[in-house]
Amino acid sequence: MTTEVPPARLSGNHDLERRLLGDMIRIRVFEERCAELYGESKIRGFLHLYIGEEAVASGVMSCLQPDDAVLATYREHGHALLRGVSAASIMSEMFGKATGCSGGRGGSMHLFDAETRFFGGNAIVGGHLPLAVGLGLADQMLGRDGAVTVCFFGEGAMAEGEFHEAMNLAALWNVPVLFCCENNRYAMGTSLRSSESQVDLALKAASYALPAWSVDGMDVMEVYRATTKALSAIRAGGGPMFVEFQTYRFRAHSMFDPDLYRDPDEVERWKQRDPITTFANGLLTDGVIDDADFDALWTAARDETEAAVAAADAAPIEAVGTLLEHVTRPVEPTTVPDASGSRDQDEVDEVWP
Amino acid sequence: MNEPATMTYREAMREALRDALTTDERVFIMGEDVADYGGTYAVTKGLHEEFGRDRVRNTPLSESGFVGAGIGAALGGLRPIVEIMTVNFSLLALDQLVNTAAALLHMSGGQFNVPLVVRTTTGAGRQLAAQHSHSLEGWFAHVPGLKVIAPATPADARWMLPTALADPNPVIVFEHSGLYNDRGPVDPDGGPVDIDRAVVRRSGDQLTIVAWAGMLPKALEAAEQLAAGGVSAEVIDLRSLRPLDLPTVSASVERTHRALVVDEGWRTGGMNAELAAAITETCFWTLDAPVSRLASLEVPIPYAKHLETAAIPQVDDIVAAANALVGGAS
Repeated sequence: MTTEVPPARLSGNHDLERRLLGDMIRIRVFEERCAELYGESKIRGFLHLYIGEEAVASGVMSCLQPDDAVLATYREHGHALLRGVSAASIMSEMFGKATGCSGGRGGSMHLFDAETRFFGGNAIVGGHLPLAVGLGLADQMLGRDGAVTVCFFGEGAMAEGEFHEAMNLAALWNVPVLFCCENNRYAMGTSLRSSESQVDLALKAASYALPAWSVDGMDVMEVYRATTKALSAIRAGGGPMFVEFQTYRFRAHSMFDPDLYRDPDEVERWKQRDPITTFANGLLTDGVIDDADFDALWTAARDETEAAVAAADAAPIEAVGTLLEHVTRPVEPTTVPDASGSRDQDEVDEVWP
Repeated sequence: MNEPATMTYREAMREALRDALTTDERVFIMGEDVADYGGTYAVTKGLHEEFGRDRVRNTPLSESGFVGAGIGAALGGLRPIVEIMTVNFSLLALDQLVNTAAALLHMSGGQFNVPLVVRTTTGAGRQLAAQHSHSLEGWFAHVPGLKVIAPATPADARWMLPTALADPNPVIVFEHSGLYNDRGPVDPDGGPVDIDRAVVRRSGDQLTIVAWAGMLPKALEAAEQLAAGGVSAEVIDLRSLRPLDLPTVSASVERTHRALVVDEGWRTGGMNAELAAAITETCFWTLDAPVSRLASLEVPIPYAKHLETAAIPQVDDIVAAANALVGGAS
């Protein structure tokens, strides 16, 4: 439960540092463009931006392996992008196109990708926490040692019953799950202090008898260190863990939100701690990158985003004739056991890639 | 071939579970008190001793949590069978069942299916009052993405489960609490039953009675009494509420020209209303009378025996409704 303050901002691993900076910039640029596209009505529905919180996804996602599973909230563009879902398929999804990662059926809040084990894009607050327990249980029961399920959620989810049920089940069954609470201090417009009797979230989680930490979610290296430490313990069979990342969203909750509930001075104070600016300044000061390197990261991110926008613009829409597809999956005759009860064992891994 | 054995509905379901646990290592059972206690209705009794506590897994009282964990486990490659003690408690897991299990495949553009089986009890008749006795299977049948089945005989209890487990989609199995002690033949070599097909349990030519779950034995008994009075009733066991096997129902009604739907759920917005509308749409020109519905009265199920009995359709009610429909004596 103690806050682990890293001894220094920089790790000495300069490749890692450059990569993490680049990852944060990729999210920032992608989402700034999403906001513009929303204004142009290219993106509709709800659009929740992660701007300001990039250090959390960047630090955590850089620690994951291909066999790990990821579940996120409706504020998940950055997580999907860093998990390896292509910018083009994410943008296409938000444009409602056939080439979107959810075939145009999910939109901004429901990005899914089986190939990278990215299980959404979940928009019922707290609803995906029990799923994370189940995915961890499957890893445990099927003997996939070392695989971890990482579950992102906001502090608002900690008021939901499903948070408490999931914490209890996870600890009781010792499943390999990392619970990542992205505490951006507001559940839509409701502040943590006005919604929780106990605002020490790590303390609250620790009551379920699992290790819980709180770290500075505006410092990407601290996020990286905390995640590395937690994952190595979980991969070794240490059971579930909880990390609270203290962060802040610079934008409103969604594009519909006039942001009336926050003091503009508070928002400005947090912007002084912009995770990209502060980390980049440190790297520039220490000579890890120079101005040209920094510019190149922005340029690469803009190129990636613009290519995604062009692809999404050019992509076809899903034919209305396919509307009723994917409501239920057809039963494969080969999966029905014969009368003797035997099963085709080739079907055993049909879900697990 | 082995001779059909006679066993109770409870034993048949237990045999189905045992078979699933034996033949597929991905299958496991979880729910409240499924291990040491043996399940509230003793369906899983003894299975934890045979298969261990990992595969017959007790859960805390966290319906939403363990149903969600079942969804996650299914996504992770297992074949969970989640027991929810009663349909009333399933409402605590409605979020997981409707917002996630039913929606995930479509929301993910066909990437993530949820091969989850949920077993729960439904129905009144045991004086368990208003929080343990309702018939809400029609609610679940409303939701695209779910499959809803209701085995009403020991043979179906035994042989619908393997089909449910082989289905790549979430399947909710409703077991009427009044059926567990019913005894009937179960063919040990029966083989999986096609779970999306209704079945004609009794042939007749003057009217079609559509029933399922706890209403089936009552409908069959009513048909017996009707026969004694000279009225020939065909009885269809719906078995699957979603998908609905309308072709079997309409083929019958087109022969008998009259339909009576018997539903233990409430009348307003109920499964009975869906069936009545569907029969009317498909068979209107062959009907000799308006489709008739019997449903539970619009009241939370009461405790006192005589009140509970009065609240839900009984054999006499079915006989009277059938006679009224064919124009005979009531």
